[in-house]
Amino acid sequence: MSTRHVVARASDVPDGTRKRVTVDGRDIALFNVRGEFFATLDRCPHRGGSFCEGRQTGLVESNEPGVYTYTRQGEIIRCPWHGWEFDLRTGRSKSAPSQWRARTFEVTVAHGDQLEDTSLALEMFPVAVEEDYIVLTLPAARSRSRE
Amino acid sequence: MPKPLPGAIDCDVHPSVPGMKSLMPHLSDHWAEVIDQSGLPDLETWNYPPGAPLTARSDWRPQARKPAANVEAMRVETLDRWGTGIAICNALYGVQTLFNEDLAAGLCRGLNTWLAREWLDRDPRLRGSIVLPVQSVERSVDEIEHWANDKRFVQVLMLVGGETPLGRRHNWPIYAAAARHGLPVGIHAGSSFRHPTTPVGWTSYYTEDYVNQSLAFQTQLASLICEGVFSKYPDLRVVLIESGVSWLPAHIWHLDKFWKGLRMEVPWVDRPPFEIVRDHVRLTAQPLDGPATPVAFGQFMEQMGSDKLLLFASDYPHWQFDGDDAVPDVISPTLARKMQFDNPRETYRRLEETKS
Repeated sequence: MSTRHVVARASDVPDGTRKRVTVDGRDIALFNVRGEFFATLDRCPHRGGSFCEGRQTGLVESNEPGVYTYTRQGEIIRCPWHGWEFDLRTGRSKSAPSQWRARTFEVTVAHGDQLEDTSLALEMFPVAVEEDYIVLTLPAARSRSRE
Repeated sequence: MPKPLPGAIDCDVHPSVPGMKSLMPHLSDHWAEVIDQSGLPDLETWNYPPGAPLTARSDWRPQARKPAANVEAMRVETLDRWGTGIAICNALYGVQTLFNEDLAAGLCRGLNTWLAREWLDRDPRLRGSIVLPVQSVERSVDEIEHWANDKRFVQVLMLVGGETPLGRRHNWPIYAAAARHGLPVGIHAGSSFRHPTTPVGWTSYYTEDYVNQSLAFQTQLASLICEGVFSKYPDLRVVLIESGVSWLPAHIWHLDKFWKGLRMEVPWVDRPPFEIVRDHVRLTAQPLDGPATPVAFGQFMEQMGSDKLLLFASDYPHWQFDGDDAVPDVISPTLARKMQFDNPRETYRRLEETKS
């Protein structure tokens, strides 16, 4: 069974920024892209670089040499170590999408008054009803151990 | 099995222009007059110094004339001797070194006409490469268009060392024309001497120049890939001729590695470069510079990742082997057969159109 964790105030991760949080001993990178939140394991699957130290960029594609399209600003994270690009929505790398995939997690935002009376792991935060919080869903421990 | 199989397709032989005089009947009256008046000398270059051992095997080097200077010599020394099925003639004459592009174009027309009349007309086993006046893209396209209907021309020919990297976009009309006519672009060792023959300056010795050709091939291959030539012309094939082969996996691994982190700079390169190489690039395997034992050579072929990449070539009359040992013995019989038949036919589609 998966577990849900309140990991940060939404205001701790403004648009265009990222924040590293630690849950169950694991470092997780939170990203805010135009108000939408994404979460990955803060560890590049290639050699382990920290995504939190990488550059958030957009997707550069081309249908023809010399013609560039630039879309999805902020949704691509480049690992700081080797520059590999990972899609924050899918975790897949751009150069070898079926071979290299960053671990991603489900993220939601909940208002403080919605956090009461749930099975959430609240131990990290005193929750105030008037604030928004980032809630991370981690898969069950058994499946995590197979990573 | 060192001797070529009967009927083999030899993808690189070099008919020699006996001298400027032999081109005269094939030049326009104007260019014949210009050359006669100016006394333009024979266009031998330091790419293949006439006296260098590599330039001609001693038993193929007559005293009275250049090696491989007429079709009779080629018949006796290779075609009849080995039962060659088809031989692709790559004329190496220093037309690429001239700075006058009009003269270069006039001479290329004469050189290609000479190849057609003195060689292709005289032996049905021979095919040719259209030598391009690379000094001018427009005139190179003209030359392709002029010969494209003669299906005995199966390739266009450039040198690996030219004015600019071959992938640069001003060269693209050449690739468009070649792809349109089903002509692979053959890139042969040799330089126009616009630049030092290495990336670090001029060398002292021919040995260095010849060995360092592979650096130019690496640069050109990276240029063609990164500039997106194969993305733009998906039907285009490139044949690296007399390039050596063992550098290829190491160099393309290098490119693959850095493409992973720098892909966004060349987004039209939308798959790993080695995949592009396997689809678009072939190499003649004479000289063969790979590992010396069959087992190690087999490992090298695993690194190449395809048994379609190598083409058999004798490189006649260059001195790459002795006797009849044109097929290096590290090559397995299965691969040797593919290199002599299947791979050339898959590369040079026009061979199917000119079956004699």
